[in-house]
Amino acid sequence: MAEPFLSIQHVRKSFGATTVVEDFNLDVEPGEFVSFLGPSGCGKTTVLRMVAGFEEPSAGKIVVAGKDITRLKPNQRNVGMVFQAYALFPNLTVAQNIGFGLKVAGMPRADIDARVAEMLDIIKLPQMADRYPYQLSGGQQQRIALARAIAPKPKLLLLDEPLSALDAKVRVSLREEIRSIQKKLGITTIFVTHDQEEALSISDRIAVMYGGKAEQVGTPFEIYNRPATKFVANFVGTLNVLEGKVTDAAAGTVQVNTQEVSLKGKLNGSKSGDMLSLALRPEAISLGRQPGRDSSLSGEISEVHFLGSVIRVRVGIGGHTVSLDTFNSPATPPPAVGEKAEISFSSSDMLVLH
Amino acid sequence: MKSGKFWAWVVFALGAAYFFIPLIATVEFSMRMRRGAYSFDAYQIVLGDPRFQATFGYSVLAAVFTIILGVLIVVPAAYWIRLRLPHLRPIVEFITLLPLVIPAIVIVFGYIRMYGSNSPLPFLATDMGTNALLVIGYAMLALPYMYRAVDTGLRTIDVRTLTEAAQILGAGWGTIIGRVILPNVLIAVLSGAFLTFAIVIGEFTMASLLNRPAFGPYLQNVGANRAYEPAALAIIAFAITWGCMSLIQILSRFAPRSANRPN
Repeated sequence: MAEPFLSIQHVRKSFGATTVVEDFNLDVEPGEFVSFLGPSGCGKTTVLRMVAGFEEPSAGKIVVAGKDITRLKPNQRNVGMVFQAYALFPNLTVAQNIGFGLKVAGMPRADIDARVAEMLDIIKLPQMADRYPYQLSGGQQQRIALARAIAPKPKLLLLDEPLSALDAKVRVSLREEIRSIQKKLGITTIFVTHDQEEALSISDRIAVMYGGKAEQVGTPFEIYNRPATKFVANFVGTLNVLEGKVTDAAAGTVQVNTQEVSLKGKLNGSKSGDMLSLALRPEAISLGRQPGRDSSLSGEISEVHFLGSVIRVRVGIGGHTVSLDTFNSPATPPPAVGEKAEISFSSSDMLVLH
Repeated sequence: MKSGKFWAWVVFALGAAYFFIPLIATVEFSMRMRRGAYSFDAYQIVLGDPRFQATFGYSVLAAVFTIILGVLIVVPAAYWIRLRLPHLRPIVEFITLLPLVIPAIVIVFGYIRMYGSNSPLPFLATDMGTNALLVIGYAMLALPYMYRAVDTGLRTIDVRTLTEAAQILGAGWGTIIGRVILPNVLIAVLSGAFLTFAIVIGEFTMASLLNRPAFGPYLQNVGANRAYEPAALAIIAFAITWGCMSLIQILSRFAPRSANRPN
């Protein structure tokens, strides 16, 4: 296996008696786009700040391109960073902001001008060179911040929730732009976000963090479809969780409420009588019996929300409520609240959470 | 509503009268040097007096050095406290307020005892040393104003994020303070500088007890011995102070605007 470009090894960070990052390990390949995804306080920004050099790890080491940078100052690391609050220098024009790192590095004026023009073209704002930050929208400011970060050709690009301060529409377009620029330049990137949609849509891999640890590291497909822990399953995407009791471990049968479901081959290590958390994504459930779906549960429709192209239906099954989406069909009216309903699914889509 | 506006104007007029009537009276008195006619004779005498020019020049120079010293001490200190030592802020604020509580005469006697010609640091043994001590004393007197002005300026920018943004782009501390922080708090620094200027120009106690040829002692001397000239001098001093305040107002329009606004 090739040497990882960025290697975070057994990193721990404590502030006084509080440990915010615990034994964090991650290898990132050259040119890879990895997202740190997790709720507030999970330690994702602290790990990023340790990679940037703003925080010193209490233990462990950080290696970039084979060089241990753990004790280097931020200005010695050749790392680019985009901040949530843009952090453009208010006293400098757009061109001066983009050229700041180049000027600090002592690049000749003509080369700075050429690189700034190139950056402005990349972020598609060539006419903004002489504007001041306060004359730009939030989206434009963040594009400039991105250009400023990549202008000195850093080895690594760090993005600390760069889209959080923007409105929804700009957020979607800018995240696609960030990904396309990252791919074009082939720059290894770490992206911190608490927005799962953002992480799923643009990452090569995602590290889902909780309580200072990486709960799971994997591709968006793996994270979504094969969550390793209960936290990952709950945090990423919408999930219906049903509590069940193993009735026959050998046969793979589980009782949910008063109904039995067959989960053959999925009950590794469980004994008869064990309580289990079973999870199903809404898109894995159909209303009514459908061909190819080998399991079903009966209940009563408790809520119906008409959302245009999609109808969100909630079905009460004993003490549980299962949410599922069906496509709107002009010829078929939506189901009514209080109707008896059967939901069907493939047992292979059922996740057993540990 | 209209009645409220009327009374607001009455209060404003009373306040303005309280402020302007003594000033107008002083201007009027300063112009009565020539019998039976208004004239600028008192101003001509004051402005033509070589001692006025010498003492005013001395105080202006002292003010410039005081401002430079104040900026060199206060900007890095206030910046570092905001960035790394926010828990020390109340203590530092208290220390910067001390010059308002401790009379200048106490401080200057302390200086004379500490830095006399027989002390290990004999500032007072030479003219240049005494001048330096006066500037240090002035910087201390101006500390409450300079610190507050700079601290208020720093409050308007995101010091930590701007510092980190500059650091990650390769900048060292000198570049960060010189090219990022100082330009963004320049108007606040200038406000502090003009307040310092106004304090130094009129300061009497320190200059007098350290026996320096400053403008403050000259003002006192003229006030004690002449009739119309002190009034003219008071108006000149007012004009200088107001000029400084106007400059603060004008310059604040050119302050870099914060870019951190919602999209």
